[in-house]
Amino acid sequence: MRARVFVTLKPSVFDPQGRTIAEALHSLGYQNVEDVRQGKYFELDLATTETATARALAAEVADKVLANPVIESYRIEVE
Amino acid sequence: MRFGVIVFPGSNCDEDAYHAARDVFGQEAEYLWHKDTELKGADVLILPGGFAHGDYLRTGAMARFSPIMGPVRAFAERGGPVLGICNGFQILLESGLLPGAMLRNRGLKYRCEHVHLRVEQTDTPFTGKARAGQVLRIPIGHGEGNYFAPAEMLKQIEANRQVVLRYTDPNGVLNDDWNPNGSVNAIAAVCNERRNVVGMMPHPERACEVLLGGVDGRVIFESVLASLRSAESLALQPQSAGRAS
Repeated sequence: MRARVFVTLKPSVFDPQGRTIAEALHSLGYQNVEDVRQGKYFELDLATTETATARALAAEVADKVLANPVIESYRIEVE
Repeated sequence: MRFGVIVFPGSNCDEDAYHAARDVFGQEAEYLWHKDTELKGADVLILPGGFAHGDYLRTGAMARFSPIMGPVRAFAERGGPVLGICNGFQILLESGLLPGAMLRNRGLKYRCEHVHLRVEQTDTPFTGKARAGQVLRIPIGHGEGNYFAPAEMLKQIEANRQVVLRYTDPNGVLNDDWNPNGSVNAIAAVCNERRNVVGMMPHPERACEVLLGGVDGRVIFESVLASLRSAESLALQPQSAGRAS
């Protein structure tokens, strides 16, 4: 199965990259893009056919390695 | 005294730390490879700067899984003095040995320059010979030194007096223009609750010789030497515990 893990800075954490990208977009005339938050995206190919197992494995990997819980949160999609 | 300098694949300030300990301060020093599982009798540990394991995911994120980190944690838990410099600080944060996390610098630029640091706490093994309020001029070189802690954690850190150094202007006055990376509360160095583990973004090992443009980093090394000597003369635990490992 494939799991997609989206890691983003928590809303309370300042995102210097996202802020800079937003400013760049504003300078290109995209005033309607009010803000940008940048994150990381991981695709995990998992050796299982069980959705629950896949989700648990992806969550374990995200908790332990992919995300730093002090500053980041994550969302998982499994298919 | 015996310094243990931990070397991860990608460390690049290990030789500077080793040089400072051995050649500037005349102490014994030993490199400890990240796959080592014992500390070879080190009395004090330095996690040096660099890009451990490449820092591809997050700075310091993979280094905490290195085998040496087990003994490092045990050493810290016994009260042994541990100093993380730059990437070493990032590794201590990711390992949970220090509170908080690092973000990309505000402004996103890699900053390589001298900064001014006000000594906030002198009851750590690495600042005992400094005066509270003393201003140190020490270089930084980092892209991710924007120290962050969630509001509740930050409150705790401040209440426990765990902020060891802050970025200030040359007169020791807090001024956001002199904060090189956007760190919350201008934090440049923190310690753990027990105060024996210290992480700092600036590089004291690069500021120990006049030839290198300044000697303000010496006080960090002099402090830990004084701390170890007094511990030895009192036969306190950190010494004997360090040797026994």
